[in-house]
This record gives sequence, C-alpha cells and structure tokens, in this order.
Amino acid sequence: MAGRAKLVIDNVALRFEPKHGPPVTALDNIFLEVGENEFSVIVGPSGCGKTSLLRLVAGLIKPTEGAIYLDGMQVTKPGKDRGMVFQSYTLFPWLNVQDNVEFGLKIGGLPLEERRDISSRFLAQVGLTGFERAYPKHLSGGMMQRVALARALANDPEVLLMDEPFGALDSQTRALMQEMLLEIWQRSSKTVLFITHDIDESILLGDRVYVMTARPGRIKEMVEIDIPRPRTVDVLTSPEFMSIKRRIMRSIHEEATKALG
Amino acid sequence: MRSFIEAYCAPKQEIPRRVYLGVSALVGLVLLAGWCLLAYSGLVRPDFLPTPVAVVQAAIKAIENGSLLANTVFSVSEIMGGFILASIVAVPLGILMGSFKVVEAAIEPVTNFVRYLPVSALIPLLILWVGIGIEEKIAVIFIGTFFQQLILIADVSRLVSHDLLDVSYTLGADRRTVVTRVLIPATMPGVMDTLRVTLGWAWTYLVVAEIVSADQGLGYFIMNSMRGLFTDRIFLGIMVIGLLGLLTDQLFKLIKNLLLPWAAGR
Repeated sequence: MAGRAKLVIDNVALRFEPKHGPPVTALDNIFLEVGENEFSVIVGPSGCGKTSLLRLVAGLIKPTEGAIYLDGMQVTKPGKDRGMVFQSYTLFPWLNVQDNVEFGLKIGGLPLEERRDISSRFLAQVGLTGFERAYPKHLSGGMMQRVALARALANDPEVLLMDEPFGALDSQTRALMQEMLLEIWQRSSKTVLFITHDIDESILLGDRVYVMTARPGRIKEMVEIDIPRPRTVDVLTSPEFMSIKRRIMRSIHEEATKALG
Repeated sequence: MRSFIEAYCAPKQEIPRRVYLGVSALVGLVLLAGWCLLAYSGLVRPDFLPTPVAVVQAAIKAIENGSLLANTVFSVSEIMGGFILASIVAVPLGILMGSFKVVEAAIEPVTNFVRYLPVSALIPLLILWVGIGIEEKIAVIFIGTFFQQLILIADVSRLVSHDLLDVSYTLGADRRTVVTRVLIPATMPGVMDTLRVTLGWAWTYLVVAEIVSADQGLGYFIMNSMRGLFTDRIFLGIMVIGLLGLLTDQLFKLIKNLLLPWAAGR
C-alpha cells in the first residue's frame, strides 16, 4: 500500500438498506491516509457518518466498497491493534479502575505483576493514581473517560481511535482532558484518529483536520494544522488558530446550508 | 402537615431514613388499628374477621403441635425445588435468547405461546400426568416461573450496551470472551432482580396448586382451616406466606449487595 502511511482508508463506501425507505449511502468515496505518529482529526456535522467511519477502522462493521489497511494488512475484524475510546461511558461496572485498565492485558494472558506495572503507569499518566480500587459508579464522567483512555493505551495499540471521547463532558473538564491528551500523545507519539464535531478541538489537537460532508459522508477538505507543538489551550486565541478556524467553519457552513436547503 | 408536604413531597426527592421508617411504621399501625377496630367493636362477625389476639393464639397452638412448621417446610421445599429448577435453565437460556438472534428465533415464539396460558389451567392436566404429590407442585411452579423468567432475562440481556461489547472486541476479546467476561457479568444485576420478582410469583402458583389438591403445605393449611371456619388459622396461614415473602425479598437484596456490590443502589 501507499508509501509510509500507517493507516490507509482506501476508497471506502458504506451503504445499507433500511427495512423502510430507500437505500442509504452513509459514506462514499472516502480516501484517507494517517501517517505513523500522526494525530489526525475528522470534523463534521452530526449525522455525517464519522462515527461509522471510525467503527469501520475498528473492524466493528464492514465496508460495502473499498478496504482499510493497517501497516499494509487489510482490516477484517476488530483487534487490539486498534484501541478505541467511545463517546459513551464504556467502563465495565463490575471491575474496579485497575481491573478495567488491565482488561485487555488479562485476556491477553499477561502475568499479574506486569499488568500491575502497566496499569499503574497509565493511571499515573491520566492522573488517577490512588483510584485503583474505585468502581466506575463512584467516578465522574471525566474520570471515567480518563480510565477508558488508560485502558486503551495499556493495550499498546498501533492506532488509537477516539470517537468524540469528550463530547459528553462540560467545557472546563473537556479543556483539561484535551490538554492531558496532548501531553500523553506528545510523550507516546501514538498514531491517533480522532473524531469530533467541535472545530476548536480539532484544530487544538490535530496535525491534520479532515472536514467531512453529510449525506453521503465524504471527505471534503484536508487542512494541515501547522501550529507549533507542544500546544496548550492558549492556542485557541492565537491569530493563526483563528484563520484556520474561519476556513474550516466556512467549509462546514457551506455543507450545513446545502443539507438544509 | 403543610410543612411535611413542603419538605418531603417533591418527585424523586430523597428523604431522611427516620422519616422513611416513620411513614412505614405509621401505615403499619394504622392498618393494625383498623383491624382491631373492626374486630373488637363487633362491626364484623368474628368468624369472618378474627381478632389479632385470636390469630396469635392460633399461631401459638399451631407452633406447639408442629403443624405450622411442617406445612411451612413442605411449602418452602416445593418452592425451592420448582424455582431453582426453573432458574437454572432460564438464566443461561434467557441471556442467550436476548443476545443471539438465532436462539431468540428458536425459543421466543413457543415461550410467548406458553406464557399466556394461565398455569392454573394446566393444573388438571398436570394432576393427570404426575399426580398430586410434590412433583406436581414443582411442575406448576416451574411452568409458572420459567417462561416469565425467560422473557424478563432475555430483556435484561438485550439491554446490555452494544458499546460495552464493542469496546471489548477492540481490547482484543474474542466472541467467547465477550460472552463470558462481559455479557454475563453485565446481566447479573438484572438477573438478580428478575429472580427476586419471580420468586414472589412462585408463591402464588404454589398456593393455587395446593388449594386445588394437596394434603400438606401452607395452601392446604389455609384451605383446610376454611372447611372448619377457622378464620384465625386462615389469617395465620396468609400472614406466614406474607412474612416468608418479605424475608426472601430481603434475603435477595442482601445477596445482591454481597455478590454485586458494584451494582448496589441501582
């Protein structure tokens, strides 16, 4: 497959036929390459199929056309090489924080001692040292998403897929989570594919931002974000940020208008 | 009164424990007082409504001659037999039925057919087939609870979040692991609640079966007391069943809190 790209989404389409009504093209003609250690963000209006795209990459659903390649190998089913953080809270309520983070390691057969090493390292990274024995029902939304992130990272995936992981959080918590994610990414240099409808978030986090159109979902535009790293939320008020934001907003606005009219 | 309503009567509002217990105790006392009033004033004939004291005396007598204990033990073992048998089959089958469409297609139509048959209508047939002994009572309880459990547990299983299963796949789990490590634990609180509710129904079917035909058990105890117009003994039998129900209900809550502390308060 093409060049040095880590993850390739090659001309993918997703169609389905609902019981009632005409066939739906959720995604069409999607071509996207994510380089090694690159942070790519897909931004688009709700209903544009961006979550479906991420689920395709995860292998949870199959494309109608095209194929997805990770390190040159075609994706056919879910696997631990593609870790995912969901928008909804997906911690296992019967496991405490530590056991949640170690879930993937445990079913992978890693011995207890090594599991404990890894889980405490990642819990430290997300700032939850001391919460090892807490159960999810005692955690706030932001804390649950941090555990979910630690759980995905503990499995050491090739690609980290993030589906609006901070979408359900209040704006202050979200800003803290974004900075934390930037810091972790800076250190680990994971390849990340991140999905959001929040333009600010996409620019703050991404090396590249892909703007998606709705119905059928297509990649409309790719924007390189050349704001220097390391970045903090202060970036949000810089002039270069503003000009990129204007460009993306205009692009999305055109789409939204088209969708309405 | 105004301030009580003002302070404690908003929808979904939590109230202090002492207020909660106070209200419960008050209602209990009011019911008891109403009973006393009706019984002692002579408003209702004593062979229709026994006095509380008469019921206590009947209880003492039935405990002394051993008939209460014997009948209770008999009924409880019938319940346990039928209920445990039904649960052993219904829990795994229900979990599969709610999550595997193939199992659902195989079982649901039959279940929905049987579920609407009143168990009492099957009692004559069961008597013909297995007689009037403990086997028949167990069969009645089994049929009465099994199909309801199946449907309720299938719903519990159906409601397990898709994302929870999906995230497990992305963490490297295969299908078998998803079922054993995720689907089954996720259904446990709902399964416990279902068992708790259906155990209450099991009592209903048992008493129906015992009233139709039996020579032992609490239903028989009640029926037999009716023949001699011993309303005090009828009341006693009903109260013992009520107390046993209350006891098992609390027991289930306790077990749930012990086994599934992560789900407590749900």
